[in-house]
Amino acid sequence: MCVAVPLRVAEVRQDHAGLAGISGQVAVVEVGSGLQEVRLEIVDRIPEPGDYVIVHAGFAIHTLSEEDARKSLALFQEAVQGAGFDPDTEAV
Amino acid sequence: MSLPESGGLDAKRQRVDALLSAICRELDRVPERPVRIMEVCGTHTMSIFRHGLRHLLPQGIELISGPGCPVCVTSRGQIDTAIALSQLPGVTVATFGDMLRVPGSSGFSLAKARASGADVRIVYSPFDALQLAVKESWRKICFLGIGFETTAPVVAATIEMAARMGLENFFVFSCHKTMPNALRALFAAGGSRVEALLCPGHVSAIIGCSPYRFLPEEHGVACAIAGFEPDDILVGILSLLRQLASGRPKVDNCYPRAVNSQGNPRALASMDRVFRLADSDWRGLGLIPESGLSIRQGFEQFDAGRRFSLQVEEPDSVSPCRCDEIITGRSTPLECPLFSRACTPASPYGPCMVSSEGACAAWYRYGGQRI
Amino acid sequence: MKQDMNRSEDPYEVIVLDHGSGGLASSRLVREIFLSRLSNSYLEELEDSAVLPPAQGSIAFSTDSYVVDPIFFPGGDIGELAVNGTINDLAMKGAEPSALSLGLILEEGFSRRDLERIVDSIARASEEAGVPVVTGDTKVVPRGKADKIFINTAGIGIIPHGFTFSSSRIRPGDRILVSGYMGDHGATIMTQRQGLSLDGGFESDTRALHRLVGRLVKGLGQEIRAFRDPTRGGLATSLVEMAAKAGVTFEISEKAVPVREEVAQVCDILGLDPLYLANEGKMILVVADGAAEQALEILEAAPEADRPALIGTVAEKGVVSVVMETEVGGRRAVEMLTGEPLPRIC
Repeated sequence: MCVAVPLRVAEVRQDHAGLAGISGQVAVVEVGSGLQEVRLEIVDRIPEPGDYVIVHAGFAIHTLSEEDARKSLALFQEAVQGAGFDPDTEAV
Repeated sequence: MSLPESGGLDAKRQRVDALLSAICRELDRVPERPVRIMEVCGTHTMSIFRHGLRHLLPQGIELISGPGCPVCVTSRGQIDTAIALSQLPGVTVATFGDMLRVPGSSGFSLAKARASGADVRIVYSPFDALQLAVKESWRKICFLGIGFETTAPVVAATIEMAARMGLENFFVFSCHKTMPNALRALFAAGGSRVEALLCPGHVSAIIGCSPYRFLPEEHGVACAIAGFEPDDILVGILSLLRQLASGRPKVDNCYPRAVNSQGNPRALASMDRVFRLADSDWRGLGLIPESGLSIRQGFEQFDAGRRFSLQVEEPDSVSPCRCDEIITGRSTPLECPLFSRACTPASPYGPCMVSSEGACAAWYRYGGQRI
Repeated sequence: MKQDMNRSEDPYEVIVLDHGSGGLASSRLVREIFLSRLSNSYLEELEDSAVLPPAQGSIAFSTDSYVVDPIFFPGGDIGELAVNGTINDLAMKGAEPSALSLGLILEEGFSRRDLERIVDSIARASEEAGVPVVTGDTKVVPRGKADKIFINTAGIGIIPHGFTFSSSRIRPGDRILVSGYMGDHGATIMTQRQGLSLDGGFESDTRALHRLVGRLVKGLGQEIRAFRDPTRGGLATSLVEMAAKAGVTFEISEKAVPVREEVAQVCDILGLDPLYLANEGKMILVVADGAAEQALEILEAAPEADRPALIGTVAEKGVVSVVMETEVGGRRAVEMLTGEPLPRIC
């Protein structure tokens, strides 16, 4: 139910006057060699340039840093080796 | 779509191979066969299909497509009402593309309504519908709110923007549904043969991990929150097998790059300000208490239901559809009296046939044969 | 003597019903907009039919209508599409295109400037391809009865003696190739319609392919079983149709199908599958096993082919017409869509 993609943030700014009466923050994200605006009204953390945002229907729903992205790769190695799984712990 | 850090196709392929080996080893430690895993996300269903994962998984794992495709579980009454809305003078219905071809109770759809003169437009975001309302102020723009908890906050935020602007020609017909209570109803019915649940990654990014806890705690069902790349899905399946092998089911967050255990508080707050829980009709499954979202009184001026005095009527109070049993592994498509007679991909009854990758649609096309 | 293209005798800035009536306004329009740009000895006759000289070989005859919205898009416009599209349909049967007809239906109120731009494109495409527009017609319908401009082109081409190219000639063991990146045109149109970024790093790939076909036929003859241009419905639809007609199964490798990264990304965002998006300057080629390498060489040397690739093999008929090995080694059927691809959020 959730077509959403991670996109890299180039800039964060106030909504330029495309729509009278709405002011809010937007992230300008890289799509191919172009740029696209993404709304930030419901994102958990306002991103910095260089962060990624997960975008669903024109809105960012989650911000992650490059560091977060790298850390998640480690999860795969752990998962394969069985190192990351501890049946006694609650969910993270 | 992957992040650049994930290393490209070869790296992904290696991870997939390694995960598959681990899955095979882990499956050996699970005594019961087949292992029935339900996935409750239309995007998981599509990703599994698109990457041909069923073909890669070892025999003995059955992936069942659950009621996670919001388009497929939107009730026929709600679709009929959306179509009726589009036929009102001066009304423009703005909708996600997914909804266009789904038939209501008489086989009519928004696509057919458009062909007959209704103003129905496809938008990528409810924000586009808002912009349309500003630009074409002489029209009444009704956005069709479909989707679970990933989409509901997006729509809530849009309604809040409309409120700040004092817009008078923007409305939302909310058909939003929520996951946890639907899952509760499915498993409470008893007799479910599903032992594990692949939980929707982006819904979980919003609601966090705790709404699923009742599943391991009350029903012994293993849960893994997973992302949508093929390796993400396999990590989730591996976790589920490990949980079953150890006999200790829990809610395992296998998608930490997108999901925090407490979810996204800002999104939840927006959703909570704009929507309240209401009973909701699920196509093929019937009425499920507190499983839908209704616009609160504070934002009632944007509620299309109220503004246009819409009545949603469900065609059948008792339905012969067996989707609820198929989804929980208690029946196969062939055992449903409607299958391939009154219910076909061209005129689908329940979600298992509406979704092109639902259990019934898939059975109809391939008849269980391996391609 | 050509009219001065920049100075119009016609006082109307938009197209009106009179322009389609056959009277003075009509003939002024034909002179000023069409003849000034498309002039050749056939067209200038302004007779009821163009009469072409006899030719050796079978006559290929094709028609297509163009109703694309938007009419102007990155990489081209409806006019260029209309010329290249019909030329390609002829070329896909191995024909050398010799002439085109051009029929337009214009909506009352359509901008004259836009019409001039489109006819400029038609003229340019026709000249670059070396295929003249020899006959034409223009009608105007009341406002609301057409969406700006609809174009129909029909074309005639000659297939050299003894050559047949058809899906029915395909057999198990044959190899399947494509001439380049898949989905560019469809992705361009979809992103324009959804108001996404203009500078996405891709544009429509509209292009005439008849010269490339000529070189391929010259080099490989009947080692080529069939050509196909994957327009509406994209690569997937064309492959399914070809395999179904031939009574075989195509086995395709997803990894081998060239798709631009930017197109893949935009498809992820909109919930589209690039395999189902239209291509307007690409071909599918099915050749005998022994000819695959040489086919690839000819394509690699061709300016019309931006990323030639061997994408699969033909097998005996199986459960489904087209089977694909996915990027991660899985397996799935590739099917026909019910209709147009629609963006998805769920």
